[in-house]
Amino acid sequence: METAGPIFASGNEAIAEGAFAAGALFYAGYPITPSSEIAEIASRRMPGLGGMFVQMEDELSSMAAIIGASLAGKRAFTATSGPGFSLMQENLGMAVMGEIPCVVVNVQRSGPSTGMATKPAQGDVMQARWGTHGDHGIITLVPSSVQDCYDLTIRAFRLSEEFRTPVILLADAAIGKVREGVRYYPPTEEEKGVRPLPDCPPSDYRPFAFGGATPPLPPFGGDYIYRITGSMHDERGGQAANPGTADRVIRHLTEKIEGKRDRIVSVRSLALEDAEVAVCSFGCSARSSKAAVRSARNRGIRAGLLELTTLWPFPDGEVRSILSRVKAVIVPELNLGQVAREVERLNDFSCTVVRVNRVDGGLLKPEEILAAIEEGAS
Amino acid sequence: MTNLAYRDYLAEEKLPTIWCPGCGNGTVLRALLQAFAALKLDPGKTVAVSGIGCWGWADDYIRVNAFHGTHGRALPFATGIALANPDLTVIALMGDGDGATIGGNHLIHAARRNVNVTALVANNFNYGMTGGQYSGTTPSGSTTSTSSLGHMEEGFDLCSLAAAAGAPYVARGTVAEPAKLARLIEGGLARRGFSFVEALSPCPTHFGRFNGAKTPWEMLRELKTTSLPLGILADREKEDYGKRYARAAGGERKEGSA
Repeated sequence: METAGPIFASGNEAIAEGAFAAGALFYAGYPITPSSEIAEIASRRMPGLGGMFVQMEDELSSMAAIIGASLAGKRAFTATSGPGFSLMQENLGMAVMGEIPCVVVNVQRSGPSTGMATKPAQGDVMQARWGTHGDHGIITLVPSSVQDCYDLTIRAFRLSEEFRTPVILLADAAIGKVREGVRYYPPTEEEKGVRPLPDCPPSDYRPFAFGGATPPLPPFGGDYIYRITGSMHDERGGQAANPGTADRVIRHLTEKIEGKRDRIVSVRSLALEDAEVAVCSFGCSARSSKAAVRSARNRGIRAGLLELTTLWPFPDGEVRSILSRVKAVIVPELNLGQVAREVERLNDFSCTVVRVNRVDGGLLKPEEILAAIEEGAS
Repeated sequence: MTNLAYRDYLAEEKLPTIWCPGCGNGTVLRALLQAFAALKLDPGKTVAVSGIGCWGWADDYIRVNAFHGTHGRALPFATGIALANPDLTVIALMGDGDGATIGGNHLIHAARRNVNVTALVANNFNYGMTGGQYSGTTPSGSTTSTSSLGHMEEGFDLCSLAAAAGAPYVARGTVAEPAKLARLIEGGLARRGFSFVEALSPCPTHFGRFNGAKTPWEMLRELKTTSLPLGILADREKEDYGKRYARAAGGERKEGSA
């Protein structure tokens, strides 16, 4: 669906439209607040797009179904929230180990467990990074506006294909539900990206070839007959639980993402050039932070904002850069310090790191962040 | 369509298999490949999806596309593959622990949903790979490594379960009668929609010798006299999910409502 100018839509709607614009032709999911609208929209839109929708019996199987669909050559995605994201960790690991592109949307809500289904939170930052067991790299993008929901969903599909990996879009209940202006544009071919196909003879194809770029992945059903596995494997996907192979595979799963940070990491800067206090935030809390930075500037405080639109790989360089040149970094987030600990990890500069946290289901108010900025500036 | 012998579907360079002497899995594998050959399946258009457990290794020995997934989830992976490309023949290879215990919920929903997938469960009544613990099909009273007092629970009758959940094709065979088993699998693969085939199979290492069958041969003899009904237990025409969806979606597109 393209629109000439901006229209009024919710974040959840923009995520669904972003996926369709990116070429998604398969959705599998299980209903859960506050992400269910994405499934409902997919069920209505997929038939007209020539795609397929299926509501599965749980999130374990939803994640499995999109992995299967991706191997059969379709761009596939699912959407969920905390309890469902917990169940998806099992097969998120399968997508990591099998190197299978797919997009997983987590519209975060208050946890742990059932928590508060309708209340926003940002408590799944570390679950996105380490929720599935074992060492691996992962890509996680974070929208803070409805336009971001559209843009970053398209980007998530491109990155998932380029790096043959699951990509997590870590939204939250506030961004998923807020309605504001958004423009649905047709993405360019470059923005959509393509899944590379092999050009070798079928007998030479190795789905897990070691070394160099991530090998291409042809869809099941063509000339290339191959095996994909979640077990430790050799280059052809055969069972290979030996130390040398395991070491290569596990290091590869991390390095293929960590080693390409330049192509993945994105941040936004607001008034950071001359800042003496920097706010570092993401998602719905970045919106409150933006308002707080403007108020601080109005009061003559040289404040700026570093908004993280990529959380994983963590923007180490960008965060280090502000830590090295400001008096204080304020980290507002709807959890008890999951990103603040990452910022502290990078703080080799004796910079003051101030946490601003809220976990009662409400959003951070700009005044709370402003108070921290004033404290940091003094 | 191809004209391959069953051995052409076998990755002989991977042999011998990891399975114990007297295990029935090799016989189930041969029956499966004989069914492939009888139906002249194109290896490039065929996908074997396996779970975790002894039988979960089966796909490593087959020359078709293969997906070796997580424990219990073979059917949902197979569902995604089959719905995304309706031209593929998709077979899910599961054990009783894998397909009927941890994956039991997926089994009944796959039967109800009627996706074009054949499920082949090799049922040896216990978790062989992890050392012989009881599964969802272990008969009441059996001794296993986690039921030293005799198993307290009743086991599932998987075919009744699959039939009650709506599977169009349901059949049970045993490795004691391998030619019949191959024909039952062939019937499941030939029928469009969800087919469920159970292959009763001996586990002499972990199950038989603790439950009155001292040798693999005694286990086979017991399978021959099983009280569970054998043969085709359901065979009915039902439109599968993919076809139904395509028909409904085609109608919608024609009306221009998308």
